[in-house]
Amino acid sequence: MTQVTMTVNGKAVSGEAEGRTLLSQFLRDGLGLTGTHVGCDTSQCGACSVHVNGKLVKSCTMFAVEADGAEVSTVEGEADEDGTLSTIQQAFQEHHGLQCGFCTPGMVMATKSLLAENPKPTEADIRAYLSGNICRCTGYHNIVKAIMAASGQDVSAIAAE
Amino acid sequence: MPADGGIGASTKRREDVRFLTGNGNYTDDINANGQAYVYFLRSEMAHAKINSIDTSDAEKMDGVIRIFTGEDFVEVGGVPCGWEVTDRFGNAMQEPRHPILAHGKARHVGDPICAVVAETLEQARDAAEAIELDLEELPAVIDMKSALAEDSPKVHDELESNLCYDWGFVEENRDAVDEAIKNAHHVTTLELRNNRLIANPMEPRVAIGMFDRTTDEHTLYTTSQNPHVIRLLMGAFVLGIPEHKLRVISPDVGGGFGTKIFHYAEEAFCTFAAKAVNRPVKWTCSRSEAFVSDAHGRDHVTKIELAMDEDGNFLAVRTDTHANMGAYLSTFAPSVPTWLHGTLMAGNYKTPLIYVNVKAVFTNTVPVDAYRGAGRPEASFQLERVIDKAAYEIGKDPIELRRQNFITEFPYATPVAVEYDTGDYNATMDKMIEIADLAGFEKRAAESADNGKLRGLGVNCYIEACGIAPSNLVGQLGARAGLYESATVRVNATGSISVMTGSHSHGQGHETAFPQVIAEMIGIDPSQVDIVHGDTSKVPMGMGTYGSRSLAVGGSAMVRATEKIINKAKKIAAHLMEASEGDIELKDGQFTVAGTDKSVAWGDVTLAAYVPHNYPLEDLEPGLEETAFYDPANFTYPSGAYACEVEVDPETGKVTIERFSAADDFGNIVNPMIVDGQVHGGIGQGIGQALLEQAVYDEDGQLISGSYMDYAMPRADDVPFYTVDHSCQTPCTHNPLGVKGCGEAGAIGSPPAVVNAVVDALRRAGQDITHIDMPLTPSRVWQAMQS
Repeated sequence: MTQVTMTVNGKAVSGEAEGRTLLSQFLRDGLGLTGTHVGCDTSQCGACSVHVNGKLVKSCTMFAVEADGAEVSTVEGEADEDGTLSTIQQAFQEHHGLQCGFCTPGMVMATKSLLAENPKPTEADIRAYLSGNICRCTGYHNIVKAIMAASGQDVSAIAAE
Repeated sequence: MPADGGIGASTKRREDVRFLTGNGNYTDDINANGQAYVYFLRSEMAHAKINSIDTSDAEKMDGVIRIFTGEDFVEVGGVPCGWEVTDRFGNAMQEPRHPILAHGKARHVGDPICAVVAETLEQARDAAEAIELDLEELPAVIDMKSALAEDSPKVHDELESNLCYDWGFVEENRDAVDEAIKNAHHVTTLELRNNRLIANPMEPRVAIGMFDRTTDEHTLYTTSQNPHVIRLLMGAFVLGIPEHKLRVISPDVGGGFGTKIFHYAEEAFCTFAAKAVNRPVKWTCSRSEAFVSDAHGRDHVTKIELAMDEDGNFLAVRTDTHANMGAYLSTFAPSVPTWLHGTLMAGNYKTPLIYVNVKAVFTNTVPVDAYRGAGRPEASFQLERVIDKAAYEIGKDPIELRRQNFITEFPYATPVAVEYDTGDYNATMDKMIEIADLAGFEKRAAESADNGKLRGLGVNCYIEACGIAPSNLVGQLGARAGLYESATVRVNATGSISVMTGSHSHGQGHETAFPQVIAEMIGIDPSQVDIVHGDTSKVPMGMGTYGSRSLAVGGSAMVRATEKIINKAKKIAAHLMEASEGDIELKDGQFTVAGTDKSVAWGDVTLAAYVPHNYPLEDLEPGLEETAFYDPANFTYPSGAYACEVEVDPETGKVTIERFSAADDFGNIVNPMIVDGQVHGGIGQGIGQALLEQAVYDEDGQLISGSYMDYAMPRADDVPFYTVDHSCQTPCTHNPLGVKGCGEAGAIGSPPAVVNAVVDALRRAGQDITHIDMPLTPSRVWQAMQS
């Protein structure tokens, strides 16, 4: 076991990890941050996406010890202290961009990263960027729409009902 | 749209806040004090004799608490099947034992052989590697038709053969259908495969068993769509635990799509082991494990024949299907290719004679059971594909051929045992033509051609039977359970309401939609109403969520319970206002006396019920809580018309979905936003089936597509925006809300639209192609173009 220390959502935290403990496991089991979900074991689904030192990372692709000293952000850090949802979170609720909620934390973290890199993404930009995040519920329609809305684009013309 | 958030409002989902902030409470987020972990050592062979298992080294390893094998479960019941099909000769299906852990033989890759319980998951996994398994590989039974050959190896040695049942429906029509086909002016024949799929909800299955020695009570946390059904099946048939000593809890569940209906061996194992080792025992399924242990879906091989007269009127349909059951009978597996499939073979059409033959076959593969639509997508796909082929063969427009044969008068009793109560298939067809802008298709096709692409248009209709199901009817058809739903409406003293429902929400937004219904009935704000679900100790009884039944059956139970509440509340209000009960009216949360200005508020009445100082105690009990059980009189029959436009790249065979339009008739609608989302998701899965997904076994029974690297899940860049519409509404006549259900429609209606469109694109390019089997991968399409 190794002592690992990192900053998660702005707070210094530490815990013990085996060499083989994944960052996703460490966040969930070690720190109790269960918002980061594990949907596969081949780094394909993106449900465990977090930010490490500002970069979008599938937390199952890193060992916890590799994140020693890193700045990590998870979905738990996205809303304000008083519970006010972020612009991205609000857009997902407003446009029904989630159903079962399991892929959602990864989608929110991927969206945050996308909009930081590309503040006004096109539909094609969004679909390409999300190709590492699988959602089984929504058919992606309302996720893409929510992200366009979160970036301040008019989505009223997008087919809905 | 009402401004008050009642029926018809696109109210934003209240459950979203916890999901968006990482505060959902999924089963894997739960950890019990002192819990141990289980790792299942699963068969890597499809079919093997278990000669010996040596756990002696493994038992000495760090952290190991106990290792279980099939021997530990010899005295325990097997995983039960909930539906018994009677074959066409009047005999019961062959029903093999499904042990909790394999005993004697392993019958599919993934069949659990040993279970290691240890202090940590890593220790359990390490110890599993030290178990010495002596397995003798046997020839695997994979192909369904070979499985039925006289000399085939048997999946279950104690059975007569690999045939589970040979089912005919309607058996009395068999000769008449044969005769009609023999004498018809034109018969269109199509052979196809409905590809084997894996449901893949994003949350893998999890189970946590707990046992309290002081009370003899078991608790199981599990990722189920129907915790009460698990309690019934596991308690009564596997472990012999009475209901009052068994609590099953399914908290937030990350998608189901059918595969979380069933009772699985791992649930029974964790419950059993928790008592055996006197520790909570937790199992979290990895995705790789899910591929070889979650029940798969579809996997039908079908020949369908459609007979027509010289004008294109449908005279008869005859089908011959082989349906894969896998190695064991999963909970509802036998019902899927029979009653959920054969009864839908009339589709939207007035075909007078129909005969469906289904041979269900055991193979050395993972059990196959219901997946979104369950039987109905298989029925719809073959029917809508053969109609498309028929239109091509006789030179008719596919839309006109469908219209000509539409059922137009309701109620309509089909020749396959069901009665459609309402529908308007021309209306949904007209709506689809409008929203899909079919008038602009040729222009778009010309643009595609300019870009070197082949554009195609596919249309189809669907009908499904959902709102499952009338208990007396399904009882006659072999169901071993009732399919009613219950609700308890508990009105609190200050007027807020808790509703306990047996329906389970795993993405459908029940916590938002159900309060809209109750709030509308009483005239209060929906925020006053909360839903409680997913816990057998809190909800009286329930049959859960599948078959698009939650609102149609569970919602109807809520309406009935709320009606009882309103009736009692009116009696209290009458007493308070010294009026006759018959004169009391309830509107906008106020009770009034007709023809007077007297009124009392909802909260005054609810308070009086619990503080009965001025109360008719001699006539009425205090309190305001009512329970209702609702058993539907019939299925509901959503229907619709879908259109898909594709582009095919002639150089590579790659298909892209350019436009997808769905016009559905779901009857009345409670929350249009949620309904849109359900249709979007169904279409996404249907496009996945049509273009991408397939569970592939090699001849040795190895699952080749055993991870997301090999099993192609639809991703955001595989699909377009969809145009969906549900303004055509013919309300259901037999439930109080007039609702039909919307959960499965998209997955039923979309695969034939996609395939019809690709075939159309190739035909327009001059190719004489009538069918390509799903999934329409670039290589399949390209090869079809070369032949």
